[in-house]
Amino acid sequence: MEIAYYPGCTLRTSAKNFESSSIAVADHLGITFKELSQWNCCGTVYSLASDDLMKHLAPVRVLIRAQEDNKENGLDNKLVTLCSMCYNTVKMANHLVKNDEEKLDTINQFMDEEPDYEADVNVLHFLQLLDEIGIDRIKENTKKSLEVLNLACYYGCYLLRPEEASIDEEPEAPSIMERIMEAAGARTIDYPFKNECCGSYLTVTEKKYTAERTYKIISSVVNRGADAIVLSCPLCAFNLDRRQKQAKELHANMKSIPIFYFPQLLGLAFGINSNELGFNMHYVDPRPLLKEKRLIKR
Amino acid sequence: MAETEKITIYAMGKAYKVPAGLTIMSALEYAGYQYIRGCGCRSGYCGGCATIYRREGDYKLYTDLACQTPAEDGMYLVQLPFVPANKSIYDLDKIEPMETTLVEHYPEIVKCVSCNTCTKACPQDLDVMYFIQAAKIGDFKEVAELSFDCIQCGLCAVRCPADIAHYHVAQLARRIYGKFINEKVEQLTKRLNEIEKGVYDKELNKLMKMNKAMLEKAYKKRKIEGTK
Repeated sequence: MEIAYYPGCTLRTSAKNFESSSIAVADHLGITFKELSQWNCCGTVYSLASDDLMKHLAPVRVLIRAQEDNKENGLDNKLVTLCSMCYNTVKMANHLVKNDEEKLDTINQFMDEEPDYEADVNVLHFLQLLDEIGIDRIKENTKKSLEVLNLACYYGCYLLRPEEASIDEEPEAPSIMERIMEAAGARTIDYPFKNECCGSYLTVTEKKYTAERTYKIISSVVNRGADAIVLSCPLCAFNLDRRQKQAKELHANMKSIPIFYFPQLLGLAFGINSNELGFNMHYVDPRPLLKEKRLIKR
Repeated sequence: MAETEKITIYAMGKAYKVPAGLTIMSALEYAGYQYIRGCGCRSGYCGGCATIYRREGDYKLYTDLACQTPAEDGMYLVQLPFVPANKSIYDLDKIEPMETTLVEHYPEIVKCVSCNTCTKACPQDLDVMYFIQAAKIGDFKEVAELSFDCIQCGLCAVRCPADIAHYHVAQLARRIYGKFINEKVEQLTKRLNEIEKGVYDKELNKLMKMNKAMLEKAYKKRKIEGTK
C-alpha cells in the first residue's frame, strides 16, 4: 500500500530519528510512504485568526500538493503525517476550507499559480493509519515483545485538540496509542497528564516554566511505575527530554527516564535494526534501559 | 516606407510614444532617459535592470528585467536601480555549516507564509519559495541547486510580505555549499593558485593597454579551450 506522506521541517532537523523509525516501521508493515513531490513548512501552528487567510496558505498548499500527487500516482486521496504539530495544522486548515466555501474560493483565487484545492484530501496521523491497519497486524509482526516495558503514552495537545482534529474518539480519555503499544506487547500505565500541555514554545523564553511541566509529568509517570514515555510530537519530545536537565537542577530527586517516539519502540518489537531507530539522538540516553531490558544487545 | 507602428508607454506616470518591438530598456532610452544605474550587461545576466510594471486595465503588478522584456502598449513602468534589502555580514572562514546557520544570519526566513509571491516575481522563473523553505531547514544543497540561476535582481525581496531577502539568503547558502559541501574541483584550486602567484598578470596588463581595434582583433583570434 502506498500513501502520500508529508514530513515537515522538524523531521529533517531535530527529529530525524522519528522519520527514519516511522518509515522503517511502515515498510515492515507493507506501507510505502510516498513523500510529496515538493513541500513547504505547514505553518507550524494552526492560526486561530481564521479570517487572516494568508496564514492558511501554507497548509492549503501542502494539501494541494497531496491532491495533485495523488491524482498523478493514482493513490487514494489521503495524506499521512508524523509530527503532531504538522498533523494538527494541516488537519485544521483542511477542516476550515472544507466547511467554508467562501474562504476556500478566496484562497484558490490568491493561489492562481496552483490548481484549485478541491477540499477532498483526508489527513491522517500515522497512529490512525496503524490503528486502521489493525492491531492484529502489529501483533503478527511483533518478534520481540515489549512486555518488559512499562510505558506512559503521552498525547500532548495537538493529537487531541480541538475535537475536530482528535485522532481518538475520546479526546479527553484517549487510548489509541496504548492500543498500539500494547499490541506490541508493552504494558501501559494510566496517569492524569497524558493530554496536558508540555509547555510548548514557552521552552524558548521561559525555560523554567517548561522545566516545571517536565518535572510534573515525569514524576507522575515514574510514581506509577513507568520506565519511559512514548509520544509523537517533536516539540513535546524536546521539552520532556532536553528540559530534564533544567528540571533536575530544580528538583535534584527527579528520576530521569527516556522519551521515545512510538515507532522507535514498534521498530524494536518488529526486529528492525536499531541503527535505523536513532537511539543516539536523545538527551536522556535510552540505551542503558533498552540493554537492561534486553531489547538491544549489550 | 510605412511608418513604424508606435505604442504608448508610461515612464513614472508620463506618457511617451515609442516604436513597437523595443525592449523596455530601449524604449525608455528612445523616450530620452539615460541609464546611470539600473542597467548593466543588457543581456539578462547581471540582474541590474529590475522593472516593475502594470498593464492598462489590469490591477496586477508584474516584475521583469528591462533588457529582456518587450515594451507593450499601455505599460506603466518604473525602474528599480537598487534594492536596499538587508544583507548579513559574515566571514566565510569563520562560518559553520549548521542546520541553523541560515536562520541565524537571516532569522526572517522563518516568517515565510508560503504565499509564493517571490516565485511569481522572479524573472528567472526560479522556485524561490521552495529554496527559502529549504533554507529554513538548512538544506544547503537544495537551496544551491534551486537558486543556481539567480541573478540577484532583488525583485523577490521587494514583493515579499515577510520582508525576506531571498537572494542574499541563497547566496550565503551557495557559498557555504561551495566551500564545505560540494565536491572540490582540482582544476579550480590549481587555477586559483596560478592567479594568486600572478601567472596571468602580464597578459592582463597587456589587454588593459589595448585600444578598441586591438581588443577586437585579439578577441577574434582568441583560443577557446577544447576547440582547434
